[in-house]
Amino acid sequence: MNDTTTNTGTGPGLRERLRGRSELGVCVLLFALGLLVLGDVLTMNTDFAQRGPVGPKTVPTVVGIALLVVAVLLAVDVLRGGRGQAEGGEDVDLDRSGDWRTVGLLVGVFLANAALIQPLGFPISGALLFWGSAYALGSRAYDRDPLIAAGLSVVTFFVFDTLLGTPLPGGPLMEVL
Amino acid sequence: MDSLNSLIEGFGTALTPTHLLWAAVGVLLGTAIGVLPGIGPAMALALLLPVTYALDPTAAFIMFASIYYGGMFGGSTTSILLNTPGETAAVVAAIEGHPMARAGRGSQALAAAAIGHFTGGMIGTILLVALAPFVAELAVDIGAADYFAIMVLAFIAVTSVLGSSRIRGFASLLIGLTIGLVGLDRLTGQQRLTFGTLELADGIDVVIVAVGLFAIGEALYVALYLRRGTQEPIPVGRPWLGREDLRRTWKPWLRGPLIGFPFGAVPAGGAEIPTFLSYVTEKRLSKHKDEFGKGAIEGVAGPESTASASASGTISAMLTLGLPTTATTAVMLAAFQTYGIQPGPLLFERESSLVWALIASLFVGLVMLLALNLPLAPLWAKLLRIPRQYLYAGILFFAAVGAYAVSSQPLDLVILLVIGLVGLLMRRFGLPVLPAVLGVILGPSAELQLRRALQISDGSLSGLVNSPFAVTVYVVVGLIVLWPLLRRLLLRRERERTPVA
Repeated sequence: MNDTTTNTGTGPGLRERLRGRSELGVCVLLFALGLLVLGDVLTMNTDFAQRGPVGPKTVPTVVGIALLVVAVLLAVDVLRGGRGQAEGGEDVDLDRSGDWRTVGLLVGVFLANAALIQPLGFPISGALLFWGSAYALGSRAYDRDPLIAAGLSVVTFFVFDTLLGTPLPGGPLMEVL
Repeated sequence: MDSLNSLIEGFGTALTPTHLLWAAVGVLLGTAIGVLPGIGPAMALALLLPVTYALDPTAAFIMFASIYYGGMFGGSTTSILLNTPGETAAVVAAIEGHPMARAGRGSQALAAAAIGHFTGGMIGTILLVALAPFVAELAVDIGAADYFAIMVLAFIAVTSVLGSSRIRGFASLLIGLTIGLVGLDRLTGQQRLTFGTLELADGIDVVIVAVGLFAIGEALYVALYLRRGTQEPIPVGRPWLGREDLRRTWKPWLRGPLIGFPFGAVPAGGAEIPTFLSYVTEKRLSKHKDEFGKGAIEGVAGPESTASASASGTISAMLTLGLPTTATTAVMLAAFQTYGIQPGPLLFERESSLVWALIASLFVGLVMLLALNLPLAPLWAKLLRIPRQYLYAGILFFAAVGAYAVSSQPLDLVILLVIGLVGLLMRRFGLPVLPAVLGVILGPSAELQLRRALQISDGSLSGLVNSPFAVTVYVVVGLIVLWPLLRRLLLRRERERTPVA
């Protein structure tokens, strides 16, 4: 697949053929994953580690090759008109075009929580996570949302930290209390 | 009557106050989760996996099994009152149940569904009790090659039998197997796919994978296509059945498990096919065929009983063979692994008291569920009013808590998010999630058993087929793989025969 085919004018142009075939991106990802796995196998130094007839390289090799094969087969299927059926659900409306902005916001909020959980402690970062997610999903109740977020976060902190014995970082807030 | 004695002992464990409490927590959570849109039992169990670090195994599994059954009960409430089934098992319930609710017979539909689940679950669990000793006998000398064969069967079954596209199923399985490869090789200590980082050397915890694929993946996917404006559930009274309704429903209730249990127990699992079969059967046998499509009570009673019986069937397959055929049992298997327990033929021998307490608590849970759901269904329906923003924000929140609790590493949260995005893409492009989860959970042990078997046979591949058990399993695998081809041949022969006849 390269651009020269588009220019020589044999059949429909590449862009034309790729339209609505975003699923080919999945094939590219699978192929890249296969290369990654095989690359890892090649850089393994197993001379000293081999025990028994099957070493640690065999299964990754099989998985890597299978990934490449499946990527190609899936690409063939997609180019022939095969389509993955997007999953339905109670709150899912597939007639809408995908709202990637909301997903991006949620990803940002989630990463912020990962960065803040140790310096600020869970009660604060967790509350920000809940409020931020609700905001990203379209909730604009500025009086109610922060209260729910703070309540949920503090209660969860005590349930996990005290009742279940799974420590969560308390942060400066809990040190003050 | 060895299993009957074990069962009675199991009741002794299940009826202690702590275990009763966990069963109650499980049925409450399960019903709520079944009613709530967006959360299925598999996601709920994934989110609850971190509690396995705090609870003893018996209590955890009693709670998990109660959630699974509870999800079935709750799922049909949403189906009937909102016409949007969340769990695949409840799809058929919407066909007849929703028209009944619109015609003002919602309470009868809810009652037919609840009693159907109770009957199906009871009969299914009794069948599990009857089946267990037989399987335990089969398991006397099962070796590495046999374990490997069973896992191959699980991989092939979930990719080929379930879902609409084999190639997409395999793609999903390979993604899972790749995630399972990350970390130190169990036999040699060789680093694989760790890229030299210390954090990845322990591998990616199965809790992170399950929470990422089921909870984060689902929440982000719903965010991508969130429905604007909520649907209003149909208001409904307390479920009850009149004499005429009872006369029409008792046979479908009893027929359901006959279809549901076998389908759940074989690796063609899942509840979609059997509930649909039950629907078709009831339609054919009914004296009120004209009512079908407009709200026939038989079309609710039969499939719902089938759905719960198939749930007991999948639990049987998971406990006796270590073979998960639904997403929920796959997560349960992951829980067993975090306790270092290997479900499978030897489970009944090694963990006898745990298993029988679990089975006994299935009966206890079903009684609780019937008591909870019959009078309280209208109350449960109120859960449908929860603002979606809070629901999905809450899922993200609890996913983060659970993943962080595993090892207190902020990096785990980033890995969780990446796996969640993979889950989002898989849903968007129609790659089924179950094969990937199974690949992560079973992949490492499959590799271990394969290498052990080949070690014993000194590298000869014949070591993989050295027992009748393994050979039988591979024959089944072969049949599943070749099935599309076989079907084409059969159809052709049929077509050739028709013009003659």
